[in-house]
Amino acid sequence: MHPLRQGARKLLILGLVAACSLILSLFIGSAEIPVTRVIHLLWDHDGSAQYQIIHQLRLPRTLSAFAVGASLGLAGALMQVLLRNPLGDPYVLGVSGGAATAVLLAMLLGLPIAWHAPVAFAGALFSMILVFLLAQRDNWNTARLLLTGIVVAAGWSALISFVLSLSPPVRLPGMLFWLMGDLSNALSPALPLWALLIGLLVALTMAPDLNLAVRGELRAAALGVSMGKLRILVYLLASLLTAAAVTVAGAVGFVGLVSPHLVRLLAGSDHRILLPGAALLGGSLLLLADTAARTLVSPMQLPVGVLTAIIGVPVFLILLNSQYRGRS
Amino acid sequence: MNPRDVLLTTEKLDVRIGGIQVCNNLDLAIHEQNCWGILGANGVGKTTLLHTLAGLKSVHSGRILLGDTTLSQLPRKSLARKLGVLFQGEQSGFPATLLETVLGGRHPHLGRLGWETPNDLELAMHALQQVGLKGMEGRPIATLSGGEQRRMDIATLLLQMPGIALLDEPSNHLDPGQQIGMLEILHTEFTQPGRCAVMVLHDINLALRFCDHLLLLQGNGDWLAGATDMIATEDNLSRLYDYPMRRIDDGSGYCVLPD
Repeated sequence: MHPLRQGARKLLILGLVAACSLILSLFIGSAEIPVTRVIHLLWDHDGSAQYQIIHQLRLPRTLSAFAVGASLGLAGALMQVLLRNPLGDPYVLGVSGGAATAVLLAMLLGLPIAWHAPVAFAGALFSMILVFLLAQRDNWNTARLLLTGIVVAAGWSALISFVLSLSPPVRLPGMLFWLMGDLSNALSPALPLWALLIGLLVALTMAPDLNLAVRGELRAAALGVSMGKLRILVYLLASLLTAAAVTVAGAVGFVGLVSPHLVRLLAGSDHRILLPGAALLGGSLLLLADTAARTLVSPMQLPVGVLTAIIGVPVFLILLNSQYRGRS
Repeated sequence: MNPRDVLLTTEKLDVRIGGIQVCNNLDLAIHEQNCWGILGANGVGKTTLLHTLAGLKSVHSGRILLGDTTLSQLPRKSLARKLGVLFQGEQSGFPATLLETVLGGRHPHLGRLGWETPNDLELAMHALQQVGLKGMEGRPIATLSGGEQRRMDIATLLLQMPGIALLDEPSNHLDPGQQIGMLEILHTEFTQPGRCAVMVLHDINLALRFCDHLLLLQGNGDWLAGATDMIATEDNLSRLYDYPMRRIDDGSGYCVLPD
């Protein structure tokens, strides 16, 4: 049997999970709207208040959450190949740290909320370029890249603590929400959705090369992969996806680390399956977490980053354990 | 007999690694249907030379030609269709099955999205059968023994179907029966018209059995190359390993043993 066929079937299952999460997220909320009506309202403009709720509140937030989670899942899968390290996650090289430092400074200075997203994006890009230039000088040596990224990230985290300690108490909750990841301001899903779509298409064209890249530098090169070009492309793609995600939702943790691993456990490590799989699962995970975040203690909202870990950790541990039991 | 085509040429090749001069002014012409063996003591840079011939390391000076094209001018993917490498050591990385791994050998022949056709699968199954791994396609590579991983790498190379095979200790991790079996497969495959093999070996007698030409690397940049019968003398080999070697003839063939 073609090795992709089995993977494609699992991908279909992940697609169904994503579809269910989307519906669930649209359905659950403080205003009670039956599922059939929700689906009906998606296409049919009847001018009712329920239509407004779906189209101006729930749909944008749902789509944003999905796009952010999917981008992080995809970026995590790419980062794990780039670093050839299963601990790779989208934030390990400091992209989110750059964004966080910039946005917290903006908050400290009292810049209007509309500025937060562009400022965060600028911070992420700055950090990305800084690490890129340092890695370039050392010919993209994996260990040095990882160390460079981790140290840059540590630098950002020191600056973040510095800004936090300077900030007046009234600004602290907003800052903490941003740091934990929060989707309550994410009402324009177009940017992250486009970033995700383009990112996924580009990533899929690299998938066969990535399958070989994990085997090691020389083996991949001998099988026809231009490793230098591939590494630069993977780094840029993963960083831009991460930058887009943190711009929308702040530093939502855990999704980027755990989604690729879950997909590997479920469907193997062929990147043609793994990359879209990690995107679908990352999107679903963040959607479910966000649905819980805005309903659990409604009308209060929790930062979604708290819930991604609370849901993700047990799921991951259970799957990892059942995998080992199956092996022995 | 028609003159055979030269597949791989080195001109005044100078290769260095660390403080070691691997070879100096190396001029080789490797013809189709030839099987070359590279011999040398530990640490003289046999693997480095092999990787340099594969275009994976830059030359210090001189040049390497593939046919009449300079090696460094070829894009990686088209190079991989012409030249394949069998590496030493286990392959690291993320979990994968035996079949997925072996199918990597088709990569240079596939399009951008890397969709394997049923034909590619058939070729993979054939390669697995050749190395005796058929029936194990679904095994995770982490569960394979050293010898099985070696044969998996050989199957990958067979699937890659390059004209030139550069083999780094192809007999490593294999029991004596498998050593002969695998070298016979590689030798048959890569001494066909239009193809050639270069292998690094530690076992002189395997080299005597399978290689028609030898390159001896002395460790100081000096080298000696030529037809096996001319090169594999007691004197040359003793100097090579800095230990007295004895050549034992039994009329039908010979072997070389440390004294």
